[in-house]
Amino acid sequence: MAHFDENARPFSHQWLNERLAIDTLKRVLSTEYWIPKNINFLWAMGMVLAATFGLLLVSGIFLLMYYQPNTELAFDSVNYTIMTEVGYGWLWRHIHGVGASVVFLVIYIHMFTGIYYGSYKRGRELIWLSGMLLFVTFSAEAFSGYMLPWGQMSYWAGMVITNLFSGGSLHADALVEWIRGDYVPGQAFLNRFFMLHVLLLPLVIIGLIVLHFGTLRIPHVNNQEGEELDFEKEAALYKEGKIRESKVIPFNPVFLSKDVFVLGIYFIFFFYLVFYHFEFAMDPVNFDPADPLKTPPHIYPEWYFLWSYEILRPFPTDPGLVAFGIAQVIFFLLPFLDKSPNVAPAHKRGLFKYWFWALLIDMIVLTFMGKLPPEGIWSVIGLIAAIFFFVLWIALPIITKKEKKL
Amino acid sequence: MKELKIFGIVAAFTLILYWGVEPFAHSQMHKHVEGDDLKYSDLKPLTVKGDAKRGESLAMACIGCHSIDVKNMPAPMDAVAAAQSFGVNPPDLSLAGKLLDEKFFAHFLLNPAEVTKSKHFAMPPSASSEQDAADIVAYFKSIAPKEVTPKEGYVFACGRCHANRYDKWTQIGDVPKTKSNIKTGVDLDALEFKKKLGTYQNKLADYMGKLPPDLSIIYRARSEHFLETFIEDPQSQLPGTAMPRVGLNHEGLEKVMAYLESTGDPSKPKREAIGPKVLGFFVIFAFLAFLWKKSIWKGHH
Ligand code: HEC
Ligand code: HEC
Ligand code: HEM
Repeated sequence: MAHFDENARPFSHQWLNERLAIDTLKRVLSTEYWIPKNINFLWAMGMVLAATFGLLLVSGIFLLMYYQPNTELAFDSVNYTIMTEVGYGWLWRHIHGVGASVVFLVIYIHMFTGIYYGSYKRGRELIWLSGMLLFVTFSAEAFSGYMLPWGQMSYWAGMVITNLFSGGSLHADALVEWIRGDYVPGQAFLNRFFMLHVLLLPLVIIGLIVLHFGTLRIPHVNNQEGEELDFEKEAALYKEGKIRESKVIPFNPVFLSKDVFVLGIYFIFFFYLVFYHFEFAMDPVNFDPADPLKTPPHIYPEWYFLWSYEILRPFPTDPGLVAFGIAQVIFFLLPFLDKSPNVAPAHKRGLFKYWFWALLIDMIVLTFMGKLPPEGIWSVIGLIAAIFFFVLWIALPIITKKEKKL
Repeated sequence: MKELKIFGIVAAFTLILYWGVEPFAHSQMHKHVEGDDLKYSDLKPLTVKGDAKRGESLAMACIGCHSIDVKNMPAPMDAVAAAQSFGVNPPDLSLAGKLLDEKFFAHFLLNPAEVTKSKHFAMPPSASSEQDAADIVAYFKSIAPKEVTPKEGYVFACGRCHANRYDKWTQIGDVPKTKSNIKTGVDLDALEFKKKLGTYQNKLADYMGKLPPDLSIIYRARSEHFLETFIEDPQSQLPGTAMPRVGLNHEGLEKVMAYLESTGDPSKPKREAIGPKVLGFFVIFAFLAFLWKKSIWKGHH
């Protein structure tokens, strides 16, 4: 039975502690949440992602106050009202646009860090899977957001991507119409993507971030050597004052101080882009208003979808769609396709080292080809890179099975 | 330092990625067009000197169709009536001598359709010899005002065909301020204006084959290089297009570009004012965070 002191002042420490256990919370979530000492700045990327999501949320709320989800008004509500008439509207929009692009850069860095250090294995599978769910939901969030200014690229990318749901020769046109709410993208389409972008998907993302953090608590984060730590023992050492000997540090304030420093550097980079180099995040084609009668000469998605787009494109329709579908989910299977018992950085893992760099370079090549017009040498390179992507994933269980136990 | 090495690798891959999806991809997607620095090299240099006095009387032929505001000479008809005769409203000529290239202007008067490279240009040849043409050009140079605003430049060179709704510009002038009837909410003057504009636009679309696009935000939709080479010679970027080569000189191009930038990217001055402050803030923030980290991590290694 809980004990409540009648004389405790409302909102005093004691009063709160009796009702919320704030001392315990603080201990469990921060001052005695142990982090390995042997980690580098790449382990701050999770915090960078959380902060970028915060920026996207706040700037999005400001944009939402003036945006009009109407096919007639949307373009000018963004490009005129927000950019010209609303005080600092341009700043919120540039933060939102740059944030949406940069968040994917950081997500990819965060993912490849996890792959490099084997942080998806031995107790950390759920961290990886919840992370992948975040990736997929962020992708949907970015795509739905891209529809909202109702420019040429919004319209035509919306057309092309929703067309994929017809399933090639399955001709599931009814499904495509159901998704669009119309035969072609129009008012119904814009309204539902607006709803997804500002309500449903952000809610799901927030839930998934909580889940992701939850899955981290028991296995703890990995470290640069993949060493399995006895956190209880190391924490006891730390608390005894053997700070130098202990292999762990408390999240607050020790790891946090490093996170904040990394965030500082990141924000310099981020706001440099916002003020001086935002064009890369806002495609020029989308500054032409949507015109259903005029197909743009080049239709391509934003850069972070290019690698999977290029897995779709070089094949005939049906195999292309199957390849595309597999590419969307294959990363979910990573913890189960990696058969090696080792949790170690890739450079200590024999063939896996080459697998890691080959995957990274192949995805960069796919990304390049995904934007270029599919002609001549570019489509040949794209086809080879797409096939190589699947070769890598087929090879993964084989080479990791052969890996010697370290 | 191991962390710096890792940072170097991450930064290198990020830059490669950026290069591939931005500069490289765009260089492959768009055919590169070299400008001619507004020299209009396809036209022969003028061999004669113009005489503004003689030009003044020759220019009286122009006001059969054009107005010359600086000389208080009105056009014979309003924009809508002109569009009904020509498909488009002939521009006011006050700025012609200042914003058009001299050589281009003279050749233009001799043969408008060929020099503008548009198959059908509604203006007939309006000078009978190179000397006459040079005289007319000299006259228009002599009457041009000293100062021209970017908007005036745009109205002269592009405004008869291209609206700019973010600046309330239409092909027949600025959208007028009108009032609606308090009891009914009906704004007859605005409707009247809409009707006139609609009539003009229908005629213009018949003349050009399509309605020329609104240029409010073209500055973000096309690169600066595209716009400059396109204005210099539309055929270089859109072969067969109905848009005429207008023959601007450097001052004319500068005015038009300044105007397009002011409506298409109005936040530039604000960005330049606030940017350094925000970056300065985060540099200090990062520095203080570094000191904090150093003090906290003392004794950990
Ligand atoms: C019969 C009517 C007519 C007469 C006479 C006429 N013009 Fe024009 N002019 C036009 C029309 C119509 C246009 C616009 C055509 C278009 O944009 O397709 C035009 C366009 C122009 C332009 C703009 C060209 C550009 O590069 O954008 C100039 C400059 C010009 N006229 C000068 C003159 C001068 C100088 C004279 C007298 C020597 C003259 N015009 C006589 C009808 C006329
Ligand atoms: C006589 C009418 C006329 C004048 C004057 C004119 N334009 Fe155009 N412009 C057009 C037409 C017609 C099109 C559509 C071209 C097409 O799609 O083939 C066009 C298209 C454009 C485009 C879009 C090109 C693209 O990539 O789709 C731009 C930019 C442009 N004009 C800029 C200008 C500027 C700047 C000026 C003034 C310096 C100007 N125009 C003067 C008729 C005109
Ligand atoms: C976009 C939203 C995301 C947020 C806010 C986020 C946040 C975090 C945070 C704060 C951490 C702990 C610190 C760190 O190691 O960086 C972490 C760890 C981790 N995340 Fe994410 N993450 C996101 C997306 C992803 C994605 C897309 C993946 C991969 C599919 C992923 C996989 C992982 C893994 C494997 C770890 C454990 C790292 C380790 O143990 O060393 N996360 N995440």
